[in-house]
Amino acid sequence: MEKFEKFSGVAAPMPLVNIDTDMIIPKQYLKTIKRSGLGVSAFAEMRYDDEGNEIPDFVLNKPAYRDSQIIVAGDNFGCGSSREHAPWALADFGIKVVISTSFADIFYNNCFKNGMLPIVMPQEVVDVLMQDAEKGQNARIEVDLEAQTVTTSEGESFTFELDPFRKHCLLEGLDDIGLTLEKATAIDTFEGQIAQSRPWV
Amino acid sequence: MSPKTLYDKIWDAHVVHQAEDGTCLLYIDRHLVHEVTSPQAFEGLRMSGRKVRAPERTIAVPDHNVPTTEGRDNPETMPEDSRIQVAALDKNARDFGVNYYPVSDIRQGIVHIVGPENGWTLPGMTVVCGDSHTATHGAFGALAHGIGTSEVEHVLATQTLIQSKSKNMKVEITGKLAPGVTAKDVVLTIIGHTGTGGGTGYVIEYCGEAIRSLSMEGRMTICNMAIEGGARAGLIAPDQTTFDYVKGRTHAPKGAQFEAALDWWKTLYSDDDAHWDKVVTIRGEDIAPTVTWGTSPEDALPVTAEVPAPESFKGGKVEAARRSLDYMGLTPGQKLTDIEIDTVFIGSCTNGRIEDLRAAAEVLKGRKVKEGMRAMIVPGSGLVRAQAEEEGLAEIFKEAGFEWRLAGCSMCLAMNPDQLAPGERCAATSNRNFEGRQGRGGRTHLMSPAMAAAAAITGRITDIREFTAAEAV
Repeated sequence: MEKFEKFSGVAAPMPLVNIDTDMIIPKQYLKTIKRSGLGVSAFAEMRYDDEGNEIPDFVLNKPAYRDSQIIVAGDNFGCGSSREHAPWALADFGIKVVISTSFADIFYNNCFKNGMLPIVMPQEVVDVLMQDAEKGQNARIEVDLEAQTVTTSEGESFTFELDPFRKHCLLEGLDDIGLTLEKATAIDTFEGQIAQSRPWV
Repeated sequence: MSPKTLYDKIWDAHVVHQAEDGTCLLYIDRHLVHEVTSPQAFEGLRMSGRKVRAPERTIAVPDHNVPTTEGRDNPETMPEDSRIQVAALDKNARDFGVNYYPVSDIRQGIVHIVGPENGWTLPGMTVVCGDSHTATHGAFGALAHGIGTSEVEHVLATQTLIQSKSKNMKVEITGKLAPGVTAKDVVLTIIGHTGTGGGTGYVIEYCGEAIRSLSMEGRMTICNMAIEGGARAGLIAPDQTTFDYVKGRTHAPKGAQFEAALDWWKTLYSDDDAHWDKVVTIRGEDIAPTVTWGTSPEDALPVTAEVPAPESFKGGKVEAARRSLDYMGLTPGQKLTDIEIDTVFIGSCTNGRIEDLRAAAEVLKGRKVKEGMRAMIVPGSGLVRAQAEEEGLAEIFKEAGFEWRLAGCSMCLAMNPDQLAPGERCAATSNRNFEGRQGRGGRTHLMSPAMAAAAAITGRITDIREFTAAEAV
């Protein structure tokens, strides 16, 4: 996984609440056996009409937001299905950060496995960032993971909370499985114990 | 010892390692796998030369893509992309030596129906699957939740998951449920009350007399939709109902081992003075037959209600409700029972079990679906289908004008050919009414199996209590 570095990028405003993973990547695109190539299908049913033409009103189709790297979203982003195709599609589109007041649990977890950072901010901060995002490509929002800050195009900075382990893994681009396999002895021991205490498992 | 919740107890029994910051490595007892969220995980194992650590604890079954029409044993009946995905699961299951139920096996079905039915799911276990409705297994007092594909790979490789603990939430349904009110109505009412984000960050334990009185199948319907309320998992403490259900199932313990297991299972309840971070209490008597009007499961109302006005909501929900009504083609003030239906789907991991089919059959017996209605019943597994045929339910469905399908996820998420066309309106027993969920432009109203069956006959959303009363005259 690539290391997550400080960057500034265009933020797309998506104020709708409860943007679910069926919206982020509709099921017809789940029939892939690969992780890559889903960016073109991100938000497909909001982004394209029945003939596959772009719907000009959709935010990511507007010239200012075609290269967005950040999404500022309404409450409860990523609810619904566990499909990791949702963060795969966003990452493949070029999104590195999603900011909202809240995220659905599984989507939130899935982001970190793909080098993406979901940032939880209080409503009043999301409101400020949403306004900044609405300015389009002249307004670049800066995300500094090391310092845990988000800075608007006006220079207003906000800090965010993050689990230290997740932060460490993102900054270093670490692979979870490799880390866990370092604890293989502990897993062996645990399995030995349950073979005694819960042999029916 | 300090008092614990059921969630605390299961969690503590599965911690392999705890880091300084509290992050835990949790042991996973059962890993269920289906064809849509696993190919990239198995590919990851191959690329890094890793094996499945515990193939005996891993159960694979194709369900999302598979056609539900006769002749599906022939892969040529599937579109190419679906065929490739099902073939990939077939190869991965055999190459890595995990338990496997191919489409040709009578035990094939929706992964969350297959697990409990074959005794893979037991009280006190940790159960995961690359599918959000894994919450279903919580009905046994098992800690069960959905995971992403990277975590699927992690569990395949290590039989563990890196987890931080959620908070404890109690949802108590007191008293008795009124006639015509089912587990589905209970869980839709809960989500209508808490919202789809109300459970975020929590594991919910459902308790109270109304929950206790439910069968295992009703409890599975409740826990299945815990995720629709945003919770990581839903739990119901195991009791005699649970033990009776588990006993004798193929992969459940037998004899002395069953007795030993029982001793432990009986300790799996929340202590009286355990700490709850959030408590919600609803009177069972206040719950009515419930349907959804919008495009989020929280858009649930008693069937006697009217379509709400967007302005009656607050904040971002105003715009979301406006968008929902536009998508659903509904007008504020319209009675829910005036909404006409053209499609009925009975099935899914929420309501595709034998009791759901019995409830539908009771309504449909001796009746015909409304002319022009497309109605299908998709049993949750081959075993459910066989039992329904043995009980004569299949005949009732066919005589009523329902299509009687083979097992799979089907029109719940429409990854196979069972889909809504734009503008079609479906009474569905599934779990999600999202935009496009059952097919682009399709409109979904969630409800119980009996209510969906009644809608098939009347052609509109129907209050099951009035339907039954009218028929009794």
